[in-house]
Amino acid sequence: MSGERAHLALADGTTFEGVAWGATGDAVGEVVFTTGMTGYEEVLTDPSYCGQIVTMTAPQIGNTGVNLDDAESVSGKPQVAGFLVRDASGCASNWRATETLDAYLARHGVVALSGIDTRRLTRHLRDHGSQNGALGTGDPAALVRRARAAPSMAGLDLVSRVTPKDAYAFTESRGAWGVGPSKPAERHVVAIDLGLKRHILRCLVDAGCKVTAVPASTSAEAILALRPDGVFVSNGPGDPAAVTYAIDTVRALLGKTPLFGICLGHQLLALALGGQTYKLKFGHRGVNQPVKDLATGRVEITTQNHGFAVDVASLAGRAETTHVHLNDATSEGLAAPALRAFSVQYHPEAAAGPHDALYLFDRFTALIDEARGASRA
Amino acid sequence: MPKRTDLRKILVVGSGPIVIGQACEFDYSGTQGAKALAAEGYEVVLVNSNPATIMTDPGLAGRTYVEPLEPATLTRILERERPDAMLPTLGGQTALNLALAVEHDGTLARLGVELIGASPAAIRKAEDRQLFKDAMAKIGLECPRSGHAHSVAEARAIVEETGYPAILRPSFTLGGSGGDIVYRPEDFDTKVAWALAQSPTHEVLVEESVLGWKEYELEVIRDKADNFIVVCSIENLDPMGVHTGDSITVAPAMTLTDREYQRLRDASRAIMSEIGVETGGSNVQFAVDPKTGRFIVIEMNPRVSRSSALASKATGYPIAKIAAKLAVGYTLDELQNDITQTSAAFEPTIDYVVVKWPRFAFEKFPGAEPRLGTQMKSVGEAMAIAATFPEALQKAARSLETGRDGLVSLLGRVDYVELAATPAHARDLVMEAPPEPSARAPHPERSPAELRAALEKLVQIATPDRLFYVADAMRAPVAMSDDELYRLTAIDPWFLAQIRRIVDAEARLSLEPGALRDAKRLGFSDEQIAAGAGTTAALVRRARDDAKLAPVYRRVDTCAAEFVAHTPYLYSTWESDSESAPSDKKKVLILGGGPNRIGQGIEFDYCCVHAAFALREMGLETVMVNCNPETVSTDYDTSDRLYFEPLTFESTLAICEEEAKSGQLLGVIVQLGGQTPLKLAVPLAAAGIPLLGTSADAIDRAEDRGRFDALLSKLGMRRPRGGTARGVAEAFRVARELGYPVLVRPSYVLGGRAMMICHSDDDLEAYVALAVEAAREAGTQTILVDEYLRDAIEVDVDSLSDGHRVVIGGVMQHIEEAGVHSGDSTSVLPPHSLPAPVIAAIEEQTRQIALELGVVGLMNVQFAVKGDAVFVLEVNPRASRTVPFVSKASGRPLAKIAAALMAGKTLDELGIDDLPPPRHVAVKESVFPFAKFPGVDTMLGPEMRSTGEVMGISTTFARAFGKSLLASGVHLPRSGRAFVSVKDDDKSAACVVARRLSALGFQIVATAGTAAALERARIPAEIARKVGDGSPHIVDSMRGGEIALVVNTTVGAKAIRDSYSLRRQALLANIPYFTTMSAALAAVEVMEVSADSGGDAGDDVRSLQEWHAD
Repeated sequence: MSGERAHLALADGTTFEGVAWGATGDAVGEVVFTTGMTGYEEVLTDPSYCGQIVTMTAPQIGNTGVNLDDAESVSGKPQVAGFLVRDASGCASNWRATETLDAYLARHGVVALSGIDTRRLTRHLRDHGSQNGALGTGDPAALVRRARAAPSMAGLDLVSRVTPKDAYAFTESRGAWGVGPSKPAERHVVAIDLGLKRHILRCLVDAGCKVTAVPASTSAEAILALRPDGVFVSNGPGDPAAVTYAIDTVRALLGKTPLFGICLGHQLLALALGGQTYKLKFGHRGVNQPVKDLATGRVEITTQNHGFAVDVASLAGRAETTHVHLNDATSEGLAAPALRAFSVQYHPEAAAGPHDALYLFDRFTALIDEARGASRA
Repeated sequence: MPKRTDLRKILVVGSGPIVIGQACEFDYSGTQGAKALAAEGYEVVLVNSNPATIMTDPGLAGRTYVEPLEPATLTRILERERPDAMLPTLGGQTALNLALAVEHDGTLARLGVELIGASPAAIRKAEDRQLFKDAMAKIGLECPRSGHAHSVAEARAIVEETGYPAILRPSFTLGGSGGDIVYRPEDFDTKVAWALAQSPTHEVLVEESVLGWKEYELEVIRDKADNFIVVCSIENLDPMGVHTGDSITVAPAMTLTDREYQRLRDASRAIMSEIGVETGGSNVQFAVDPKTGRFIVIEMNPRVSRSSALASKATGYPIAKIAAKLAVGYTLDELQNDITQTSAAFEPTIDYVVVKWPRFAFEKFPGAEPRLGTQMKSVGEAMAIAATFPEALQKAARSLETGRDGLVSLLGRVDYVELAATPAHARDLVMEAPPEPSARAPHPERSPAELRAALEKLVQIATPDRLFYVADAMRAPVAMSDDELYRLTAIDPWFLAQIRRIVDAEARLSLEPGALRDAKRLGFSDEQIAAGAGTTAALVRRARDDAKLAPVYRRVDTCAAEFVAHTPYLYSTWESDSESAPSDKKKVLILGGGPNRIGQGIEFDYCCVHAAFALREMGLETVMVNCNPETVSTDYDTSDRLYFEPLTFESTLAICEEEAKSGQLLGVIVQLGGQTPLKLAVPLAAAGIPLLGTSADAIDRAEDRGRFDALLSKLGMRRPRGGTARGVAEAFRVARELGYPVLVRPSYVLGGRAMMICHSDDDLEAYVALAVEAAREAGTQTILVDEYLRDAIEVDVDSLSDGHRVVIGGVMQHIEEAGVHSGDSTSVLPPHSLPAPVIAAIEEQTRQIALELGVVGLMNVQFAVKGDAVFVLEVNPRASRTVPFVSKASGRPLAKIAAALMAGKTLDELGIDDLPPPRHVAVKESVFPFAKFPGVDTMLGPEMRSTGEVMGISTTFARAFGKSLLASGVHLPRSGRAFVSVKDDDKSAACVVARRLSALGFQIVATAGTAAALERARIPAEIARKVGDGSPHIVDSMRGGEIALVVNTTVGAKAIRDSYSLRRQALLANIPYFTTMSAALAAVEVMEVSADSGGDAGDDVRSLQEWHAD
């Protein structure tokens, strides 16, 4: 019940006290933090957070209530396993708001904690790494046991939980929130939906693509049968190495169609090229991550949400590095020009976050146009 | 792209004296910039007229010019130094305007000086409202509909299109000077005329009103590779209509969805590109319609600003330092974030809430309407950091030191009904003297309905205390709902909901551990809890100790804990663990001065910063405590550790306890930050915290009237006769015993608050209750009544003592006679007209007092000299306002030496002896905010009203005074008509002034009485009609531009009131005016020297390094 004393317990035995908020019940998942100060709705509904209990480092959350149009999941529903905030707003202040965040979480069964020391938790995760946790109103010791019993994120295929059952067409644009005019839909792009964010598809539509999204298990043959001009490989939750079927699909598509990957899609491209991925200590989650475009030398402030990263050395020259993270030099962008494939680890569609990297959608359509020109020639 | 190697020498321009709209944030940015450039190996030349700045410390730059910031002087410096480049973007509007002036007249091109930081084209595009509007239209962004007018008629044509209420913004003014909102057509013409008069280009923008929209600022940086970051978003709690400098502001933006926020970010990026800011920081302001999300661009500043200082302190990202490095060619990705040692090319993210609350000084300006609008009025600000908005808001409220411990209730303390009934005067448009201030009588009981009606009216008007009224509207017996308050105030409902959390919590205040924790987490102080729970702060503290409830300290780290923070920049909050990690070193706590206000400003911050430098050099760890975001002391680089906290007893004691957990806390320095930390001396000492330097008892001996008298008797020194009074009746008894005139003031206040000279029972009757009230606000019962020495010369001495020996830092003679507050008077070092034996007597008395008190550190003594007789007026065993001036004039860093003395060094060990008087002369001139306060008399008196100071330094008194006048914006005329009207006592001096003005070729105009005196002295004078005699009178002549200079002295309440319009008109028409004979005489001397030297008294620019080498 809302207002009741509740705890978050980490697998290493550390506990944090707060008050229950949102839905009644317990939740188990990998505890991670995100540092964005805006965009809690986008975070809640991003399928890449499936299986994770998300901590907002920004202390006061819920201020603008729920604006349904800002949901990132195609279903519009929240995706996180649990939600942790320092101070929950009871007031929804925005001209588009339809309800308070509390009511929304309760309605969708998201168990949340308010009043917990999010900064101590963040420092703990930073120093000791992301780990499983359990939250609820029960005995903290029991919560610790539940956290320990939960499966590790490494090796976990969570894509199967969030990928759609059936293919669907997507035609929505960003509308008034777009940057620049929408281009005519002159290309057909098949998006492999591994738990994608709606805004990616909107950006593809605005860049001039007719979009068909397909389930993660769709084979390369089935995708090619849709006669795409290009294939997009989406973001999604969990360990990329565990999604072997999608790696096979990407491998089979390489060279046959222009290919663009984001986040999990970036990792799958690397794996398909024979590279490896590894788990980061606490990941990159936020909307202020600096990435350098090695071609131009320019810095992009990017949105990121990933716990795994590509081991560039393991690619042994099979792809070139196009972007790197300025803080820890991890892989942020790859390109295999001969195969007309490229990918980025970060989220150029933003939502939430800055619009510095929207040019990548145009790069994808340019690649498609180039391929079409080449096949015609 | 690494730094440029084609540049060798760079000139950095400061912002001049502290004025409203341009305060010590530019010392912070200039200091950071100069340090960064020097560290990169550039030779830095610094120019600033303000001696109280850290940036003008001779050690910071190769050459430091404390010279007037005006084009001719700057040109001479450029000619002398021949720098490769000039960086004007760290010195506010002053530096930017100056850069444009020397660019426009071809000086920069002639001397081959490149403007770096922002190009002239970019500055113009951002500053010229039409060019800016065109640029915004080009990139598809909306601005408010508007048009430029150069006359009232043009303005009328524009307002037909834009409608009412109409916003008036004069072009090229500081802090929106002359700006206003016109609600009714009948006020339009007069307000436009006033606005036109304020603009140096006689231009005003008439603009569509977006009153009630939400207001945001983005602090952004762009480099030459087009990398762009937002350092901080700031949301104004006060909706559009209140100048952002006067608004309560919050970081980060609290009530925007990501979509809305990113639209502002995209717009900011487009604006930076279009305006062409390629190497530095800027500030972009937006208004957002709460009903539709539509946004418009209000303005952008292509330079660092007050908000960027705030953003730097709020996030830990040093904007000015980075901007300086970008200006010399670096790109963001080449620079490092000091705090996390990761890249500087990122956007800070914060996991706390920051509230800035402006500090006002309306009480110093009777007659000024305490209303907020588009013209900035605040004189300072406090910032607070906490986990949530309610906690930060309450911390900010008590950081202001206005006697309020948080968002306290004023119900019962303020008569809302009377307040709401007071009609709003349009005081700026009348030329009548302000009404006499009067003390508030206890107010009658008001009915709930009356109270509700009054509050409904009051919450709609933007005033300094509006947020208190809003909270009281929630508390009142017939309370207002959030919806009602939103309708009346347009304050975002989220903020109203947060304020209501505070109000609701008041009913639950108790000593029960759970309740205590909840209250603390909403920002309640022990005092507030005690008041609510009906107990004492000490018992609250005991209950907290029992419940093991103490504040924890968290680090400001730019990254929301994503990375380890290497800098101990700390704030308190109520959480589960502390990140303070006190060291095992020997450490000293320095208590800063809190928000700037009149009487306590940058001078004290200068002293605190110097103490930090000195103690660090001695190998001690320095811990700074302050809550003023504008200052150098709150730069995390200044001390080893920084606590950004209110300077209250509770919070400073908690910091002492935290720091004492490890290492050795040698003690606390309270004597450098002005009255704020001094007030904490006795309670901290009582709590067992060691004070460094002069003891709390010695401080009390100087402050307590009885003990002070005993001290002087013991030493056989004279002081004006006087006595203490507790209440009105006693004050009359003392005054009659002494005989009028008497000087009346409350004990324990700084800046002459509520100090006045009373010439009669009537005067005393009018003022004494105010003094009693001011004393009560300062926490004492006592007011002081002293004999007023007529026509005495006032002298200020700053001295150093180690308890065994005393060294005189400097002796300053005031130009204005005793009775004008020392902070407002013009000081000359060394004294220009005192006989040597008098100076010797003054120095000797200073030494005796310091030794008798056992002063360790600094001591300031104020003397009055009448004939040969020396009177001690006041002893302050602490740093005084003049310490930086004396240091800059003498080349001896008094505050640094004082800090070393307090830490146990002796003068012998430091090798400090008395210096011979300097061969040059330095003059400190004060700068006043009268233009910002329509309706206020400009007459100087015992209550301090200046906001800042400038220094003129030269070979003679006249040249130095001339420079100081020029630096303060007074351009003395060379010819024309001089108006002289003086009180009887001054008639003979007026003859001298008039004769010399005549000799200089001025025609003398005088009022009948003065003219008669002049005629007797055979000085021809034209008789002007007084205002009371009807038009055409002298004020008409002034308005018509027929008067070049005004000398006006007056005595007595009625005469002062009668001549009010004269002084006000002189101010409005920017006519040099003098309200004391001594200042007028000195000014005549300047004009004579200027005439002798071909009309130029300022041709001797020299750097401090050169003056001090003499």
